[in-house]
Parts: sequence; C-alpha cells; structure tokens
Amino acid sequence: MIRFENVGLRYGAGREVLSDLTFSIAPHSFQFLTGPSGAGKTTLIRLLFLNLKPTRGLISIFGKDTALLRRADMPALRRRIGVVFQDFRLLDHLTTYENVALPYRVLGKDEASYRADVTDLLDWVGLGDRKHVYPPVLSGGEKQRAAIARALITKPEFLLADEPTGNVDPPLARRLLRLFLELNRLGTAVLIATHDIGLMDQLDARRMVIEGGHLEIYE
Amino acid sequence: MKPATPRPTRAASASKTRPNADAAAASPIVPPQAIAGRTLVLVIAIMTFLAGFTIAVVSVIERAADAWASDIGREVTIEIRPLDGVAVDAEVEKAVALAQEFPGVGGARSISDDETKRLLEPWLGPDADLSALPVPRLVVVSIDDAAAFDAKALADTVGRDIRGGSVDDHALWIDRLSAMASSMVFAGIGLMTLMLIALVLSVVFATRAAMAGNRDVIEVLHFCGAEDRFIAGQFQRRFLLFGVEGGAIGGALALLAMMIAAWAIGGSAGRPGADQIEALFGRFELPGMAYGLVMALIVAVALLTALTSRLAVRRSLSALD
Repeated sequence: MIRFENVGLRYGAGREVLSDLTFSIAPHSFQFLTGPSGAGKTTLIRLLFLNLKPTRGLISIFGKDTALLRRADMPALRRRIGVVFQDFRLLDHLTTYENVALPYRVLGKDEASYRADVTDLLDWVGLGDRKHVYPPVLSGGEKQRAAIARALITKPEFLLADEPTGNVDPPLARRLLRLFLELNRLGTAVLIATHDIGLMDQLDARRMVIEGGHLEIYE
Repeated sequence: MKPATPRPTRAASASKTRPNADAAAASPIVPPQAIAGRTLVLVIAIMTFLAGFTIAVVSVIERAADAWASDIGREVTIEIRPLDGVAVDAEVEKAVALAQEFPGVGGARSISDDETKRLLEPWLGPDADLSALPVPRLVVVSIDDAAAFDAKALADTVGRDIRGGSVDDHALWIDRLSAMASSMVFAGIGLMTLMLIALVLSVVFATRAAMAGNRDVIEVLHFCGAEDRFIAGQFQRRFLLFGVEGGAIGGALALLAMMIAAWAIGGSAGRPGADQIEALFGRFELPGMAYGLVMALIVAVALLTALTSRLAVRRSLSALD
C-alpha cells in the first residue's frame, strides 16, 4: 500500500533529517512509530500524507509514485488517508460537529447524509454533549478526540496519528487505542507516532523506531 | 464517556456554543471576520460609483451630440452676401426657388429681416438698423431625404447661379461635434477601464491577504482532501457577496447622484447659465439606457470581484507547491 525506498530529506542546504528510509506499510497493518523528540517522526508523517516531497528516493502511495503525481491527483489520494495532528488543527470558527464533518463537506456531501455518522462518532469519542461547542473552549483532551474523530469520519484506508494520546489520561488513552484497533479490524492500516511506551506495551504491534534520521523496524 | 479534563465555565461555554446548530445552516468554511470585507466593500462601492457616474456623463454627452448632429444635419443654409448693384431680395427668392427644386429638399424659406434682427439682437442691440450694415441674408433649406440630397451639387449650383451666394452645410460643426463627443466617449471608456483595473487589483490584494490570514484553514482543507476548486469556491462565495454589496451601494449612489444632478439642473431653469446648459445638452434627462448600464455595471462588478478572487486563489494555491 505504501512503499519507501531509500528516501532522504533535507531542508535547504542542511544535513539530511531523514536518511535512507526503506520500508513498506501493508493494508490492514498496525504499527507504532517512535523515537526521541526531533528524530524526524513528524517529518516522516508529513511525507506520508503528501505534505512534503522527499529530496531523494521513491515514495509510492496506493501504488502511485509521488514524484509523478500531478497537483490535481493529490486530493483523491489524501482522502484515502486520515491524519491526526499533534496540534489538532481544528478550525476555531467551526463547532466540534462541523470540524468533524469537514471531510464530508469537502466531498460536497449533503449534510443530511452524514449527520447520523458524525453524531454517532462524536458520541463514541465522548463528545456527544460538546458537538455545538467551538474548539477554543474545548479542553486539550476534547480537542484531541475531535481531531481523531475528524480523521476517522470518512473511514480512511490509512490512518496516521501523531501523538494521539499526548493530551489524554491513561484510561482515555486506552479507549482511544481500542478505537484505533477497531478501525484497524475494519480494514484501515494504522500508524501511530508516540512517545508513550506504556501505550505501545499494550499491544504486540510492529514498531518503527526512528533515531537520528535512520529507521529501525521491529516486526 | 465523560471527558477527563475540566470543562470551561458555564459562561465561557455559553458564549462559544451555537444553539440549535443542527437546524442552522453550516458555518462558512472561510471565516467572514478573517477577511477585510468592510474595506473591500467600500473600495468596490467607490469604484462602482465613479464608473456609474462616468456612464451617466458619457450617455448625456453622447445623446446630446447625436441630437446636435441630427438637428444640424437636417438643414443647410444658403448665405447671400449683399453685393453692390445686386438686388439681394431677388437673389434670395431665386435661391429659395432653386433650393425647393433640388432633390431631397423638403422646403426652403428665407429668414426675414425681422428674424435676422432678432438673431443679431444680442450683439447689436434692439434698435440696430440692419440696412446700414452688410448683413448677409439666409435661406434655410430643410432636408427630408438625406440620401437623395447632394450638398456639393447645391453648393455648386448656388455658387454659379446666385450672385453672392454660398452654401453652409454645417459639416465643419458636425465634424467638430462628433470628434468632441467621440473623444469624450473614449475618455469615459478609458476611465471606466482604469477603474475596473483598479478594482481587480484591489480584489487581488484582498484575496491574497485573506488567503494569508486563512493559511491554517487552507492547510486543513488540503489534508482533508479538498480540491483547489473547492477551496477557491469558498473564497469566491465570500467575495461575490462583497462584490454584490459594494456594487449595489456604489451603483445606487451613482443612480441617486444622477437623479440629483438632473433635478438640480432642471430646477435651475431661468437662472444665468441654465439656458446655455439646456441649449447644449437639451433637457438634462438621463437616457433610460444609462440606468440600464449602471444596473449592468453592478452585476458586472459583482461577477468580476468573484471571478478575480477565484483566479487569485487558484493561482496562489498552485504557487504553494
């Protein structure tokens, strides 16, 4: 589904922040991405959702070489990938409900066709009573769950989550992990970038460890 | 499941909660307050007002020029200078008879001494004795079929048969008038074009500023899989509203200013200068077409604003790569 071959990335004329990354992510797979701060986790995630272009190497996403992608081809690919950002990236002028429904609005769907889906998912992540609230008054954990709900709402084929449990307490972190596992069982490949050893220890999943721009994979 | 973190106070929560959101229309994706809309509406209103007023002035001038040209073009004048030893009255009668026989001529009549005196009264005073002055006599020839009438042939015939006679077909005046009217119309079109270019540039700057201010929104839309067309549509919608609002305000003010100008000039009848204005422009009434053009201008401004913002967004988005 996703394949990296000798991928390297440098910003400007600086040293390579990612070097010789070679790995693939299979459909329906589940993996953690970990490593110390500044090791390049977020940069790798940005490469994975087509937000950055590599300086060298090949990236193939859903069978398409990203170097050959035209700008017009990107939206269709991005729709197959759900992303949860560390800083949430919720739009402050939209309610929680509208933020979560945004991917459907982008697809031009009628509100009546997704209202029940969005409401159910908000209930599931514990935001059922906060759906008409704007993000500035949500707590960190609530924003986190809203961001996760937005990434999940269209049932993407690949879910990328950058520190999705960074702002929640352990019980909620476990619940969110179950949510990701449930999604994985339904067929979505999941990659969770995290520092949380406790979270990773709950699951016998593939671990991708990035350090100093190099990647080690523990199957 | 309840959220684990503390909730905001009731007051804060209430102020940031949208009641009955299910029933309400979805919030715009581009926040209205993030665009300097008031300023842009004002700029669009001013540009539309100036463009609308230019349309009005050009229409009045064009209509007046048409009226002058057609009035003057329907007549030629035979001028008979008094020469020594020539009976002017006989020459005048001869000229009238000659003109009436001419193809395309509807009628010819001589201007009597009394009429001549009245015409010259502003310069010579009421008691002038015209017989002491070499004042030429005039024969007004009305043309009812311009196609059949040959001014040059009449001039040749008059020059040959009428002693002291010559024909003035007002061609010089008509040429000057139409040259003046054409240059006014071109100047008006030039001004309109400049105003519309300034409007387009203002919209481009406003769109770029709006995009810079909404970069986070654009990024979120991008990773949600939005196409450039969708993002441009969100901006275009907002700018169309600004265009409609600014265009309507500016157009309405232009129409109002036109009506006030018409009323003020119409109301000045009898005052010094009013007669001259009326002589030049006719009754200062705007042609119905001017109102139609201003309405069309409002629509054009709104569409131009929306289209410009769309193109500016598409261009900026493709430059992001």
